[in-house]
Amino acid sequence: MIGRVHSFQSLGALDGPGIRFTVFLQGCPLRCGCCHNPDTWDPKGGTEYTAEQIAEKAIRYKEYFGKEGGITLTGGEPLLQAEFATEIFRLCHENEIHTCLDTSGSLFNDAVKNLLEETDRVLLDIKYTKDELYRRHVGCSLDKPMEFLAYLAEKSIPTTLRQVIIPTLNDNEENILALKAIREQYSCVDRVELLPFRKICQTKYDALNLPFPFAHLPEPDKKTMESLESMLNRKER
Amino acid sequence: MNHENWNGFSKGVWQDEINVRNFIQTNYKPYTGDDGFLASATPRTNDLMKKVQSLFALERQYGGVLDIDTATVSSLTSFSPGYIDKANELIVGLQTNRPLKRSVNPFGGIRMVRQACEAYGYKLSQKVEEEFKFRTTHNDGVFRAYTDEMRAARKCHVITGLPDAYGRGRIIGDYRRVALYGVDKLIEEKKKDKNRLGNRAFDTETIRQDEELYQQITFLGYLKEMAQMYGYDISRPAANTLEAVQWTYFGYLGAIKEQNGAAMSLGRVSTFFDIYIERDLANGTLTEEGAQEILDDFVIKLRMARHLRTPEYNELFGGDPMWITEAVGGMGEDGRTLVTKSSFRILNTLYTLGSSPEPNLTVLWSNALPAPFKAFCAKVSADTDSIQYENDDVMRPLYGDDYAIACCVSAMKVGKQMQFFGARCNLAKLLLIALNGGYDVSSKMHIGPQMPVLEGVLDFDTVNERFSIYLEWLSRLYVNTMNVIHYMHDKYAYEKTQMALHDTDVGRFMAFGIAGLSVVADSLSAIKYAKVTANRNEEGFIVDFTTEGDFPKYGNDDDRVDLIAKDLTHRTITELRKTPTYRNAEHTLSVLTITSNVMYGKNTAATPDGRAAGAPFAPGANPMHNREENGALASLNSVAKLDYNDCRDGISNTFSITPEALGHTKEERIANLVSILDGYFAKKAHHINVNVLNRETLMKAYEDPEAYPNLTIRVSGYAVNFHKLSKEQQREVISRTFHQSV
Repeated sequence: MIGRVHSFQSLGALDGPGIRFTVFLQGCPLRCGCCHNPDTWDPKGGTEYTAEQIAEKAIRYKEYFGKEGGITLTGGEPLLQAEFATEIFRLCHENEIHTCLDTSGSLFNDAVKNLLEETDRVLLDIKYTKDELYRRHVGCSLDKPMEFLAYLAEKSIPTTLRQVIIPTLNDNEENILALKAIREQYSCVDRVELLPFRKICQTKYDALNLPFPFAHLPEPDKKTMESLESMLNRKER
Repeated sequence: MNHENWNGFSKGVWQDEINVRNFIQTNYKPYTGDDGFLASATPRTNDLMKKVQSLFALERQYGGVLDIDTATVSSLTSFSPGYIDKANELIVGLQTNRPLKRSVNPFGGIRMVRQACEAYGYKLSQKVEEEFKFRTTHNDGVFRAYTDEMRAARKCHVITGLPDAYGRGRIIGDYRRVALYGVDKLIEEKKKDKNRLGNRAFDTETIRQDEELYQQITFLGYLKEMAQMYGYDISRPAANTLEAVQWTYFGYLGAIKEQNGAAMSLGRVSTFFDIYIERDLANGTLTEEGAQEILDDFVIKLRMARHLRTPEYNELFGGDPMWITEAVGGMGEDGRTLVTKSSFRILNTLYTLGSSPEPNLTVLWSNALPAPFKAFCAKVSADTDSIQYENDDVMRPLYGDDYAIACCVSAMKVGKQMQFFGARCNLAKLLLIALNGGYDVSSKMHIGPQMPVLEGVLDFDTVNERFSIYLEWLSRLYVNTMNVIHYMHDKYAYEKTQMALHDTDVGRFMAFGIAGLSVVADSLSAIKYAKVTANRNEEGFIVDFTTEGDFPKYGNDDDRVDLIAKDLTHRTITELRKTPTYRNAEHTLSVLTITSNVMYGKNTAATPDGRAAGAPFAPGANPMHNREENGALASLNSVAKLDYNDCRDGISNTFSITPEALGHTKEERIANLVSILDGYFAKKAHHINVNVLNRETLMKAYEDPEAYPNLTIRVSGYAVNFHKLSKEQQREVISRTFHQSV
């Protein structure tokens, strides 16, 4: 089976547990204002690879994976190429490689359900916890990822919730409390990661001659991130 | 045989023969716990270190050399005792009578000593000039015997860095023998060996060995005298930890007073020391704090070791390193780990005393190392950028479990093997000379077989065949040149103290090296997979290339080019082996440039891979800068394909990563670094330097070196103070690939 790939990062240490061979799949239906990979949007871009070729590459890094590591499919939105992704994961499982899916959860169909059968962990990028923000800055309803999350809980697929912290939009207590509530409610969520919004992707937008929607927003400072982190991890009495 | 100072040790054959390995194996206590037991620096250590830091600052202010005694030739007993702070030192002994004062050592060559003195505003004394007027130095001998072609190869920099003007180094005395047996026993054994020679036919080799034994015995006597000047009687075995460390250090100090070899490595002492520490802890005469303090003091002494070098030498190597390499950890042949608490303690000196390039702490990594030790190493790496890793699982089957590392990556059995150091040849320049039919455009010299210049679009098979002809020519010349150098070094500057701390029948390696491996691999790949046109100047020589189209580049885990690199090392060692070596040494090969990759690049014209004339090479076996498109593991996989069996003198790889790219939290970073090391070495790779730091930090240190006096970074095979690198080398380090998060 053939799919479209944007690029590879053989040493991924940030997208899933342990050392990850990270594959950036091409194509995304969303247009998030904070997106740092606009070059992955176009579903016709990238380079064609077979699922076998990608699994073969992953096998070359197996020695580095240790107990925790493995392959991570990200993008772009891997759900756009759910069948291709399923085949990659199936081949990886044949070779005892842990599989991790980094997604926005914005698509949900039978192909996606099949993919989740081969997925050991989901990194669910829940961009905002308010529907209004979700609609304005992502382009769809918050119901979509929540429906996806409900299915993950039903299937007991270990899930990491991730969110990019963007000053003025979601760097507030209300949002963190909402994330905590989601963590409580869905038993599959065993980890929440807050990622600082970064603007080094500006050059990518420039190269594509596209406006960077959030160019006007600042990056969060270290202190803000630390206080949100501690808010997130504070035990309720 | 028995000795009261051995009370409490387990018996073994080590008592009846010189056999430190057996002593270790029968007595050491493997440690599989974590770093929780470690003690911090004591106030005494902190005070002493403050004095040392201010001496280092003063040395920097004086342009890198604090003082030179131009009238006293360095030897074991030529200087009265020197101290940093006599009342507060636990381990004593300096190279001269004052800290950081350098001595002159003209045995390897007086010209370099003269130049070094003048460069720092001194003049070599008339006294020393007179003493050496009628004396042949190693350098004199070599240049008497060099052929015109050898001189030409040196002059056009196709072979460079040869140890023909100073000590050759890369020899590790088994300094532990001084502590375990005391010098009298060592002398007694050497005398027996000498007498035994009388039964042999007195051919050249036997006579040479006979004289060498005479010299060894004499210098063991001087070693005792040297220690006596500091008030210690090292004729007998060391009685406790303090003495064991002190005796061992005296052995090393004697060696560096006698020899100014480029790399004066230490060996593998920490687990040996651990046996004494365990005995003293058990009988209540030592505390954990005290044990750390003794090792701290020992390491302070090592950090003060200096040789007098010329500014050109410092420029080549980024400061004036001594490569005081200590091998830490590893596994035993019986499956027990050789990690002891003292493996932790020696690494802990990077915390108690701060990070530092010396001693060159080298962890022998095995998949089977205890997990807490692996994690501690990764933590130290992330915090200090001061340690390097070498694959014990690859070396142990060849060298057993009591080998050490000379310089950066050269393995040898301690006290049983030595090497004849041979720097390296410039493989990229050789390719250009081959294309130009025996002409080097950088130096404008004709050299090697004379053939027509290749023209037009380059054909891979033609180029490859041409390259083979020149590789064959250079290999023969290289071996012969090395034979001259080491014949003369043995004759005029023999390492008497260090060889006295070896078995009499010693195994010898002759260590050749290559620079520019990635440049040549990528160039051949470009010729094979893209279209490379040679551009000639008006005289008809190729000066640069037009490369059209893409080609596989080394560093992306792409077999098409990685196997070209692997094949290059195989072809080189195979050619070298065809020419016999001096004293039947075993040919070995390294892929290691140290920081000289900048200099090699400077002296090399444009190459078919698109590298501009004068641009630096990648260091060691590293892929070229910024040609890696698939991340760090792809790059590591490419290097791991080089075969250690072809490169027994080591394959050096330097790996730099930003902390953020290693994981979200410190714990994650440590665990991930351990996984990377486990994976890389499971691929049978040989060596890796690890830097965990930001390019921004280096940029700041580049702009404001005084603010970062202790910033240490790993370069090819060793560590340096960033501020000691030339501006050019600093820029090169900054421009290297830093693996970052996307």
